[in-house]
Amino acid sequence: MLTLDGITAGYGAVRVLNDLSLSVAEHEVLCVMGRNGAGKSTMLKAIVGAVPVSAGTITLDGARIDRLPAHEVPRQGIGYVPQGRRLFGDLTVAENIEIGLMTRRRGARVRDNVLSLFPLLRTRLGQRARTLSGGEQQMLAIARALCLEPKVLLLDEPTEGLQPSMIAHIRETVVALRSTGVATILVEQRVDAVLAVADRVAFMVGGTVVETAAASGLARDAAQFAKYVGI
Amino acid sequence: MKADRALVLHLAVLAALLLAHFLAPAYHHANLARIMVLSIYAMGYNIAFGYTGLLSLGHALLFGAGLYGAGMGVMHLGLPAGPGLVAGTFAGGLMALAVGVLALRTTGVAFMIVTLMFAQAGYLAILYFGQWTRGDEGIVITRAARAIGPIDLSDDASRYLVALTLFAAALLVNLALARSSWGRVMVAMRENEERSRMLGYNPFAVKLAALVVSGLYAGLGGAAYGLMFGYVGASLASVQYSILPLLYVLLGGAGTVLGPFLGALLMFYIIDYASSLTDAHQFVTGAALVLLVLFAPRGILGAIRAKAATWLP
Repeated sequence: MLTLDGITAGYGAVRVLNDLSLSVAEHEVLCVMGRNGAGKSTMLKAIVGAVPVSAGTITLDGARIDRLPAHEVPRQGIGYVPQGRRLFGDLTVAENIEIGLMTRRRGARVRDNVLSLFPLLRTRLGQRARTLSGGEQQMLAIARALCLEPKVLLLDEPTEGLQPSMIAHIRETVVALRSTGVATILVEQRVDAVLAVADRVAFMVGGTVVETAAASGLARDAAQFAKYVGI
Repeated sequence: MKADRALVLHLAVLAALLLAHFLAPAYHHANLARIMVLSIYAMGYNIAFGYTGLLSLGHALLFGAGLYGAGMGVMHLGLPAGPGLVAGTFAGGLMALAVGVLALRTTGVAFMIVTLMFAQAGYLAILYFGQWTRGDEGIVITRAARAIGPIDLSDDASRYLVALTLFAAALLVNLALARSSWGRVMVAMRENEERSRMLGYNPFAVKLAALVVSGLYAGLGGAAYGLMFGYVGASLASVQYSILPLLYVLLGGAGTVLGPFLGALLMFYIIDYASSLTDAHQFVTGAALVLLVLFAPRGILGAIRAKAATWLP
C-alpha cells in the first residue's frame, strides 16, 4: 500500500534519512523503533511532505506522493498524528473534528464512526480542546486524523506521557483500525506497546531501516530490542 | 441554544444602536455614525488578524483603496454614490488580492514589514499622482454627489441609518462567517498553520481568501467613510489608519465578532476625552493600551469569553 524506496531527506544541509526503504500493507501495523535521533519522526514527516525528499520515491497504491504539495498528501488518504498532538486549542472538540472532516468532504457517517471509537469525546464535544486532559487530547488528535478516512495512519509516539488506561484504549483503537483495513505506521518506544499491536517491527539506525522482523518472533527474542533501542 | 444566545446578543446590539438614533444627543449621534463605519473597517482587520493570524501593518492601503475607489469613481467617472460604494468595496478586495499574492509569500515580522511597505507606497502614490487624486488637498465630494437615490448622506439622520444598515450587514455576515466551517479553518490556520497543512488545507489559499474578505470589508468601510463624510484624503490612507484598526481589535478582543465595534467605540471616546484634557492625548491612549496588554491581553471580549461566556463568537 505505502512504499518508501531509497528515501534521502533532511533539514537543509543536514541529512537525516539515508537511503531508507520501507513498506506497509493493508491490514498491517508496522512499528518503527530506534534510539533518539535515528530519524523515526523525520521519516513520518517525509511521508506527509513536511520534510523535503531529495532522493528516492514514496508511493501510495502505486502512485507517487513525494512530489505533491504537503497539503495534497492527506487528501490522498494519509492521516498523521504528530508528537505533541498539536490540536487547535481555541476550537472545541466538535470543531476540531469538523476541520478533519472538511478536507475530504466527509459527513455524519464518518463522524459517527470516529466518535464510536472514542465515546468519551462524544461527551466533550462542546469543550475547548486545550482544556482536555493529555489522554483526551491524544484521542482527539487520532480522531481528527481518522476523519480523513485514511488508508494509512501515521502515529508518532501516541502513548507518550499517558496513563495506562489511555494507553490501553489507544492500543485497542489501533487493533480495531487494522480490522477495517487501515495500514498503520506506529513510531513507539515502549516494547510492551509494540508487542501488543505490531505485525512487524522495523529498527532504524542512522536514518535508515537496518532490520525488519515479525513481531511474533521478537516476543521470544528480547535481545533485538536491546541491540537497537537499548532497552 | 448557544447559537441562538449569540444571535440574540448581536441583534440586541443592533437594536440598541437603532434606539440611540432616537435618543442620543446630536454630538454622540454623529460620533456613533463614524464609529460604526470605522467598525466595519476594524471587522475586516479582525478577519485577517483576529481569526487568521495575519498581523498586517498595511491595511490603510485597503481602506484607502475603498476611499479612492469611491471618491475617484464619483469625481472622474461621475458615478452616483451607490455604485461608488460598490466600486470602493471591490477596490479594497482587489487591492487585498494583489497585495496578498505577493505579501503572503512571507510570514510573521516579514509580513508586517512587507504590508507596511505596500501601504507606504500606496500613500506616496496618492500624493504623487495628484492630478487624479488631488494629492494633499484630497477630494471633497459634493453634497449632490452624496445621495443614494432619495437618501441624502449629508443629512445626519440619513447618514446614521445608512451607517447602521451597512454596519448591521457587515456584523451579521461576520457572525455567519465566524460560525461557518470556513471560519473554523481560519482559526485553525491561526492556531497552527503546519498542522492545518497536514490536515489537507493549503495555507496560502486560505490566507489569501481571508485577506480578500478583509479587503472587501476595509474597502466598504473606506468607501462609506468617504461618501458619508464627504472627504477623501491621503491622511486617511496614512500609517495611522493601519494602526487604528489594530488598536480597536486588540482593545475589543481579537477573534470576537463584537470586539472591533467595542474597541472602536471605547478607543474613539478615550481619544476624545483625553484630547479634551491634554494635547498629549496619545500618551493617555498609549498608557491605556499598556494596561490592556498587561491585564487583559485577549482584549475585553476575549477575556469575557475565556472566563465567563465561552459561547461568545
